[in-house]
Amino acid sequence: MAQTDPASAGFGETLARRVRRAPGTEEEKIFAASQWYLMWLKFRKHRLAVVGTVVVGLLYLMAIFAPFLGPYGKMERNSDFVYSPPQKIYFWDGTRFYARPFVYHFISTVNGQTFTNEYELDKSIKYFVRFFVHGAEYKLLGLIPTDIHLFGVEKGGTIYLLGTDELGRDLLSRVFAGAGISLSIGLVGVLTSFFLGAILGGVSGYYGGAIDNIIQRAIEFLLSIPNIPLWMALSAAVPQDWPALRIYFAVTIILSLQGWCGMARVVRGKLLELREEDFVMAAQLSGASDWRIIVRHLLPGFMSYLIVQMTLAIPAMILGETALSFLGLGLRAPVVSWGVLLHEAQNVRTVAMHPWLLFIAIFVIVTVLSFNLMGDGLRDAADPYKQ
Amino acid sequence: MLSYIIRRFLYMLLLLVLASVVSFLVIVLPPGDFLTSYINQLESQGTHVTVDLAIALRRQYGLDQPIYMQYLKWVWKLLHGDMGRSFQWQRPVSELIQERLPMTLIVSFLSLLLEYAIAIPIGIYSAVRQYSIGDYFFTVMGFIGVSVPNFLLALVLIVWLYRTFGVSAAGLYSAQFKGEPWTWAKIADLLKHLPLPIIVIGMSGTAYIIRVMRGMMLDELNRPYVTTARAKGLTELRTLMKYPVRVAMNPIVSTIGWSLPNIFSGMTIAAIVLGLPTIGPILYQALQQQDMFLASSTVLIITALTIVGTLISDILLAWLDPRIRLGD
Repeated sequence: MAQTDPASAGFGETLARRVRRAPGTEEEKIFAASQWYLMWLKFRKHRLAVVGTVVVGLLYLMAIFAPFLGPYGKMERNSDFVYSPPQKIYFWDGTRFYARPFVYHFISTVNGQTFTNEYELDKSIKYFVRFFVHGAEYKLLGLIPTDIHLFGVEKGGTIYLLGTDELGRDLLSRVFAGAGISLSIGLVGVLTSFFLGAILGGVSGYYGGAIDNIIQRAIEFLLSIPNIPLWMALSAAVPQDWPALRIYFAVTIILSLQGWCGMARVVRGKLLELREEDFVMAAQLSGASDWRIIVRHLLPGFMSYLIVQMTLAIPAMILGETALSFLGLGLRAPVVSWGVLLHEAQNVRTVAMHPWLLFIAIFVIVTVLSFNLMGDGLRDAADPYKQ
Repeated sequence: MLSYIIRRFLYMLLLLVLASVVSFLVIVLPPGDFLTSYINQLESQGTHVTVDLAIALRRQYGLDQPIYMQYLKWVWKLLHGDMGRSFQWQRPVSELIQERLPMTLIVSFLSLLLEYAIAIPIGIYSAVRQYSIGDYFFTVMGFIGVSVPNFLLALVLIVWLYRTFGVSAAGLYSAQFKGEPWTWAKIADLLKHLPLPIIVIGMSGTAYIIRVMRGMMLDELNRPYVTTARAKGLTELRTLMKYPVRVAMNPIVSTIGWSLPNIFSGMTIAAIVLGLPTIGPILYQALQQQDMFLASSTVLIITALTIVGTLISDILLAWLDPRIRLGD
């Protein structure tokens, strides 16, 4: 509109040039800043949220590069070292300080009476931790076959930093491997919830009336079913002999059954707010179809809220999968996820004797905590115009 | 008031019907109907199941009829109090549930009570002493509380107690009291065992309520009427209690009903880990053993408890706050 009028064209251009060329004071920068830049500024203020986001990023990197990061393969067993306790890394051997970390030789002997393994450190032999060692084969990023691991020790030594499980598999490597499934279920589940929720919420909010009423009642009902019993019952219905991938998607769908409700509510709430705005009426008068109005005009307005909702929904999904697999009703071995790893820790006596099995819990807690912090920061930043 | 109650009651009935449909799905969804597993069980016990017997069983359980007929039959039986028979336990389902129901209600109710009883004062304190050490401490605990899944907390606590004190904190009764008739000693023992499950179940809800309460209080504390009250000479405590707390409590109390699904859900899994004699472990075992009548009835009962609980809390709220019953 400004371009056609010669008088204002000059003014507009000059103003734009001035703003572009001289960002100048902080105030001017903020005045001319885009919505996303404002959100970024506000997000940055919430220090814990930034920490949370960084941790989340690291966790996903960990999931992607899991086979490289773990010293052993996720299936690699060593029946000599069943239920071995975590090994410590030393820099000091009682006489001198070493710059390179090392572990002591770990000896496993079978107790003649109880037939269990007993472990002791042989302090006479040191194994230095080496980096970029050869180990179990795997495909980096699923494509490149390689066998290089970030760290490890040479043959004869063991480096079970988090101990081993009942089959002698290194827990640290398995935790890294499990991150992939656990974290990705969160993402896939949230995307499914997003599509379902955005569509149904959009229809509900935009059309109002009877459709809105029905959808809202349905949401109320779905939310009134306690989630863990529902998940348990539905997962038990999944046939055990399905291929792992299908079970994975079945679990995702089960978790999304209530997940979409939160999304739908946010979408509906925002649509109800924005529906009365003038630009909607203008679009309707210009002849835009309802669909186009929703997608092209309304949706971008509250994209930020949707992102917040999704971020906050991810930890619920991760916890759901962990709980289900912990009970043995979701994913099962040989699939490796944090819940499956915790399944071994279900027996109190087993865990009491081998408490390092619970280290996985720390990863779960840190993940959920980081997502919550990140979501909290995003929520504060989502409306940068709010005072 | 009465019309409100009636309306909500009818709505609750509708929800119960929907809940029954969902629970019925639990029977129908697993591949190979439950009769297959029943037959398997019979055969493993030595009864040879002939084809005729199989057909007769099929007819008895109504499996040769379309799904909606099966559903109606099942509902009809339910209304007569017959929830079917459990395969594993070889007892009527209704008996099994009746045994566990009181304890389930007690644990859930106490968890709910504890949640609010702890969270509201902490939330108030956090808001009044904003940015103090206490506030930061509770905020951090709040975040952690929301992030730790309750079954993990239960597991960690049990293991820690076991290793430190050699005490098995699982279950609600010590070994000597199991199956014994009720005496004061048994009640005392029960009270000793209750805190662990209740804390585990209520923790995430508590953390959430603390945050909400704190946020609401912070909103209210800056309002002019608070300054007026202080200027009038009311003591700080009375100022707080009379005005901002009441306003801040409104959304919290109105959503008591919505904590119920959370409580029952948390109770289920905490009960499984802690070995409590409530409905949760029954559901778990039923699902593992493909004991479908038991599983679906349990799901129905748990959902029904939630729906009825929500109704009760809504009615209480309408009684407290006239705006609600007039505006619905």
